[in-house]
Amino acid sequence: MAREDTPLDQAVFDSTLAAELAKGSDRRVAEGRARSAAVRAYKAAHPEEAEAAPAPAAAAPAPAAAAPAAPAAVAAAPAATAVAVATPVTTPVRTAPLPTGNIPTPKKGADDKHRLLALVPPEGIQRVEREQGDRVNVWPHLLIEEFVAMLILTAGLLVFSTFLMAPLRQLANPNLTPNPSKAPWYFLGLQELLRYFHPMVAGIVIPTFILVVLAAVPYVDRNPSTKPGDRKIAISMFTVLFCFGATLTIIGCFFRGPGYNWIWPWAQGVFFDL
Amino acid sequence: MKLKPPSPSELGDRLRDTEVWKSIFRPGSIFRRGYKDTSRDRALATMNNVLYHLHPVKVKRHGLKLTYTFCLGGLSFFLFILLTITGIFLMFFYRPMADIGGAVAYADMQSIRTTVFFGDLVRNLHRWGAHLMVFSVTLHMARVFYTGAYKPPREFNWVVGVILLFLTLGLSFTGYLLPWDQLAIWAVTVGTSLGGYAPFIAKQANFLLLGGVVVGPQTLLRWYVLHVLALPFVLVIFLAVHFWRIRKDGGISGPL
Repeated sequence: MAREDTPLDQAVFDSTLAAELAKGSDRRVAEGRARSAAVRAYKAAHPEEAEAAPAPAAAAPAPAAAAPAAPAAVAAAPAATAVAVATPVTTPVRTAPLPTGNIPTPKKGADDKHRLLALVPPEGIQRVEREQGDRVNVWPHLLIEEFVAMLILTAGLLVFSTFLMAPLRQLANPNLTPNPSKAPWYFLGLQELLRYFHPMVAGIVIPTFILVVLAAVPYVDRNPSTKPGDRKIAISMFTVLFCFGATLTIIGCFFRGPGYNWIWPWAQGVFFDL
Repeated sequence: MKLKPPSPSELGDRLRDTEVWKSIFRPGSIFRRGYKDTSRDRALATMNNVLYHLHPVKVKRHGLKLTYTFCLGGLSFFLFILLTITGIFLMFFYRPMADIGGAVAYADMQSIRTTVFFGDLVRNLHRWGAHLMVFSVTLHMARVFYTGAYKPPREFNWVVGVILLFLTLGLSFTGYLLPWDQLAIWAVTVGTSLGGYAPFIAKQANFLLLGGVVVGPQTLLRWYVLHVLALPFVLVIFLAVHFWRIRKDGGISGPL
C-alpha cells in the first residue's frame, strides 16, 4: 500500500501537527509524528479494516477497548510531549513463527563454532535523549560539496599562481633600509596604530587585548540565542571592531608611502608587497 | 571454440573480486563490488574510510547550505594541506643559511625560480596559498561569530580556534623571512620591533626569537625550524582537538 493512500484521521493529524509546530519541532519531524498518530488513531477506530487489509498479519489489531483512547488522548493534550504522542496506544501483537523443533546439527568435521547471547540489564543501557532532527548522509551530500569546493580553490589558486609571480627583491641588506618598510599585511593595522600610540600600546597592549577579548567572547556573551535578531549588540560590536581593523589594515597597505606618510594610491602609486 | 577477450566491465569486475582488491577497500567502500546506494552502504562509506571518518555518518541538512559555512573552515584545512605539500617540495631545494658573504638561502630562492622544474609555480602556490589561509581563517572566525556558533557547548572550541588563528599568523610570519630578500628581513624587522616593547621580557624574548639583537643568520635558522617543524606540529595538535570537539559538541551549529 502506498504511503499516500494509507487512511488516516484528518482531525488527529491537524491537531497533532499544530501541537508539534507550536512546540517548535522541525516541520518534517512534526509532519511525521502527526501522520503516525493519525494513522494509529484511524486504525484504532476502524479495527475491521485493518484485519481485512492485506497488511502483514503479524500486526494484529489491538483490543477494541483501547481504541477510543487514542484520538481522545491526542485531542485532550494538544501540547503533549513528544513521548506521549509517539507512545503507541494500541500495541500491535507480533507473532513470531512457531519453533520448528529442527535444531541444526553441525556437520561432521566442521569447525566448532558457538554463539554468545548476552543479557543486558536495562540500567546498563545508556539512554540518549536527542532529537533525530533533519539529517542527511555525509556521503554523498557533504563530501561532494567539499570536493567541489576543494577543486574550485585549487583551480583558482593554480591559475593565480601561473600568472602572478610572488615577489623576490634584492638580497637582504641590513645596512639598507627600504623606504617605506612595512610589516606583512596582517600586521599593518598594528603598524598603523603605531602612528597614533606609543609603541608599548600599539605593539603590546592592543594585540594582547585583542587576543584575550577574542578568547573571552563565549564567556562574556552569555545570551543563549543564535538568532541574529536577538544578538543586535554582539553583532554590531563585532562588526564595528572587524571593520575598524580592516580599515586600519587597508590604510596601512595602500595609503602609506615613503616615510610612512599618507598617500593616495591612484596618484602616487602603491607601496605594498604581499 | 573461439576465445573472446573479456570486456572492460568484465575485467573490472574480475579485478574487484580479487583478494587484494577486497583487502584494500573495506566493506561499504564505493570502490568495492556490490556497493548499493542504501543508507547502510552510505554510512559504511563514511565510517570505513580513514579520511572521511573525521565526519559523522550524518549531518544536519542545513549544514550543507553554502551560505551557512561558506566552506571556510574546510578550505582553511585544505589550504593547510596544500601548503604542507608545496612546502615539502620547496624544502628539497632550500637551505636556511645566510652567513656573511654567502647567502645560500637567497641563492636557493633564485634557483627555485629559475632552474627547478615547476619551482616558480610551486613557490607561487605556497606564497599565495599562505596569504589566502590567513584570510580564510579570519573570515572563518567572522562566520562563526555571526552564526553564534561559539555558544554553549562550543565555548572551548572557539578558544581553540583563536589559538589556531594565532598559530596561522605565526606560521605565515616565520615563513615571510625565509626568502631572505630585502622585503623579508625588513618586514620581519618591523614586525618584531612591534613586540620589542613588552614589559620585563622584551629583551629576553626578542633575543630568544631572533637569536641575537637584530634579524640575522641565526634568526633565519630559528624561524626555519619554527616554520617547517615546530609550529606545524603544534598546529596539528590543536587542529585535532578542534575537529574532535566539533563532533563531541554535537556537529555543526545551528540552524539559526
